[in-house]
Amino acid sequence: MTRRQRRLTMIGGALAVLAIAAGLVLNALSSSIVFFSTPQMAAEKHIAPGKRFRLGGMVEQGSLVRGDNLAVSFKVSDGNATLPVAYKGILPDLFREGQGVVAEGALDPAGVFVADTVLAKHDENYMPKEVADALKKQGRWQEGEAGKPVASQDAAKPVVTQAKQGVLQ
Amino acid sequence: MIAEAGHYAMVLALALALIQSTVPILGARLRDPALMNVARSTALTQLLFCGLSFLALVTLHVTSDFSVANVFENSHSTKPLLYKITGVWGNHEGSMLLWVSILALFGGLVAAFGNNLPLSLRAHVLAVQGWIASAFYIFILLTSNPFLRLVPPPMEGRDLNPVLQDIGLAVHPPMLYLGYVGFSIAFSFAVAALIEGRIDAAWARWVRPWTLVAWIFLTLGLAMGSYWAYYELGWGGWWFWDPVENASLMPWLSGTALLHSAVVMEKRNALKVWTVLLAILTFSLSLLGTFLVRSGVLTSVHTFASDPARGVFILAILVFFIGGGLALYAWRAPSLKQGGLFAPISREGALVFNNLFLTAACATVFIGTLYPLALEMLTGEKISVGAPFFNLTFGPLFIPLLLLAPLGPMMAWKRGDLLGVAQRVIGAAGLAVIAIAATFALTSGGPVLAPFGIGLAVFSMAGALTDLTERLALFKGSFATTLARARGLPRSVWGTGVAHFGLGVSLLGIVCASTWGTERIVSLKPGASVSLSSYDLTFDGMVERQGGNYRELIARFTVRQGGDVVGTMEPAKRSFQTRQMSTTEAALLTRGFSQLYLSLGDPEPDGAIAVRVYHKPLVLLIWLGALVMFIGGALSLSDRRLRIGAPKPAARPADKPSMQPAE
Repeated sequence: MTRRQRRLTMIGGALAVLAIAAGLVLNALSSSIVFFSTPQMAAEKHIAPGKRFRLGGMVEQGSLVRGDNLAVSFKVSDGNATLPVAYKGILPDLFREGQGVVAEGALDPAGVFVADTVLAKHDENYMPKEVADALKKQGRWQEGEAGKPVASQDAAKPVVTQAKQGVLQ
Repeated sequence: MIAEAGHYAMVLALALALIQSTVPILGARLRDPALMNVARSTALTQLLFCGLSFLALVTLHVTSDFSVANVFENSHSTKPLLYKITGVWGNHEGSMLLWVSILALFGGLVAAFGNNLPLSLRAHVLAVQGWIASAFYIFILLTSNPFLRLVPPPMEGRDLNPVLQDIGLAVHPPMLYLGYVGFSIAFSFAVAALIEGRIDAAWARWVRPWTLVAWIFLTLGLAMGSYWAYYELGWGGWWFWDPVENASLMPWLSGTALLHSAVVMEKRNALKVWTVLLAILTFSLSLLGTFLVRSGVLTSVHTFASDPARGVFILAILVFFIGGGLALYAWRAPSLKQGGLFAPISREGALVFNNLFLTAACATVFIGTLYPLALEMLTGEKISVGAPFFNLTFGPLFIPLLLLAPLGPMMAWKRGDLLGVAQRVIGAAGLAVIAIAATFALTSGGPVLAPFGIGLAVFSMAGALTDLTERLALFKGSFATTLARARGLPRSVWGTGVAHFGLGVSLLGIVCASTWGTERIVSLKPGASVSLSSYDLTFDGMVERQGGNYRELIARFTVRQGGDVVGTMEPAKRSFQTRQMSTTEAALLTRGFSQLYLSLGDPEPDGAIAVRVYHKPLVLLIWLGALVMFIGGALSLSDRRLRIGAPKPAARPADKPSMQPAE
């Protein structure tokens, strides 16, 4: 092989790997990312049943109902709209009524959000960052309003817990 | 007193770092050995003062001096001693102090052991270390001073986040930082080479041990973090593709690439410009990791505080060093002497292949981690990129790497014989095929891809062993020859074999635990049982217990297999009074390399409790594999060649072609 051929082989190989990687990324980005919505955004966007998204908002006071076999249902609200959520499994340690929550799943034909993952991913204000940002944008919530009063300097000592739906055999 | 002394020591360390970052460069310009040697003494004294500052903070935490804000916010007088010490870096200020202390440690090590480095190179390397150190000292002193006092001093502290009150905090952050910060040495060497405009095989030989040190600690830190998340967070997973995890995976990937490309440079004096770029990129990714975790851009257990001023400051440091490093590279790299080209089918070619795929895999992780942040900043749209994305991108790019890992070390330098190498791995390939067939037979109707994953893992392991056995003439020569060869074989060859074997071990664990793991969530009353895999778990009842700074509710379980008791498990829920937080403590029962995993949900009013039970087959192999990789790296590090250091580069006129070290 001449010097020129060797150089071309190397460059060609590098470009081929880059092209493969770019193709994989574009393919994955189109199929496997999940959008975040509040109940109001979900209503405005008319999200089709079966399309996965992340729902964030406040768990409505008094809406938590525990059924048989660890089934639970609750309502998520952003002040303007409310969505019923059904979930089966163990809720995270920090899941509480009146506080923020993020759930991942899809709407069923009846308009109930069937969650397979419930995240209580938040700091000491019991407010997930996504939810706080979304609610702030809608003017529904100000820093330090929910949960405990905001402590001086160390406002955010976040704790992440997650519950995942298990297979009930 | 101690707090003020610690603060003062840090100011002195900053002053020394500022001298270290300027005077030696001036010395190198003027070719003045005395000025260049200032680098050595300032690096050592800077380490001393930074160390004193760190010790001061440790002392404050151990003695529970709540008049210091940092201690008040993160400690409590009833906290066990171990957590008083580890709590030092269980918060933003302290963890930044640990970061610079380790930076100072590495600078001090270069100063102490870099006697065989050319004087000007050592001066430049330590000066660049001084820049990084200065930036972070200023950051700490201006935005994150851990020594601030509170007036009036409170009586009691607010305790450490209960999730962090674990032995993992003693190991994971220091290991991870040793890795992150260790790559700063490779960065400093790269920048020094660019400033000097001279780079050769000897340079690679100096850089390699430092990169190896960083890499082995990062490997251990990653594995430790993963195991900690697995048992502490209570949801049974060991890797979540969380941005914070990705932030530490990216430097590992590019650091692994750097390790391999430095070999090519050392042996064949090729890939120089690329190696320098990788060194800059690897430390840039470490800085990016520090930024993502420390700036509060992400919310996770790792983000201790979200003060926007800090984020902006770290971003400025990030832009300065990454931008500066890359700009210097763009400006000076063309002037570096290009190395030789080589045949695609050769050891060098295989290592280039490794580099291409590792960096491509690293790039996909980079995109998956930063794309959501960029999109949110540009459009306000919030998305989450999770496991599905990485399975579709990172996974396929890693398969060719694993396939080639056994072949590479068998390939000859300069011109390899692909057919010959293929014949040598035929045994390993045969084993892999048998493993695939056996897995298919045993798990009929299971997932289709998993048996191939097992095959790939077996191929990696058997291939690594094949190379070692051939080199040792095991089963061929007499036992004495084998022993003699084993002694004569360079440690770096052992290291390669062992580390590649570890890769296969981890893969085996990953495939088994994620494919054949089983999980059940049930609500149990005392006396009731749940069965999973071949085990029966009986819930015996609940007990309450008072711990040091928490109360815990323990659920007792007896585990039986085929009627015989094989162990008891005691998952618990702890509630910490000071922070009014509760944590779930999972219980683990290890059977061989497999584990039973039990974590508690909420107790119900009728005395029943929700439990989540997992059976994780061969899950321990995931971390054992990483441990094996660590051992491989350590073996390689103990290689005689690296210990005695690089030979003095031949003084040669600039117009001669660069020297090709004999292999």
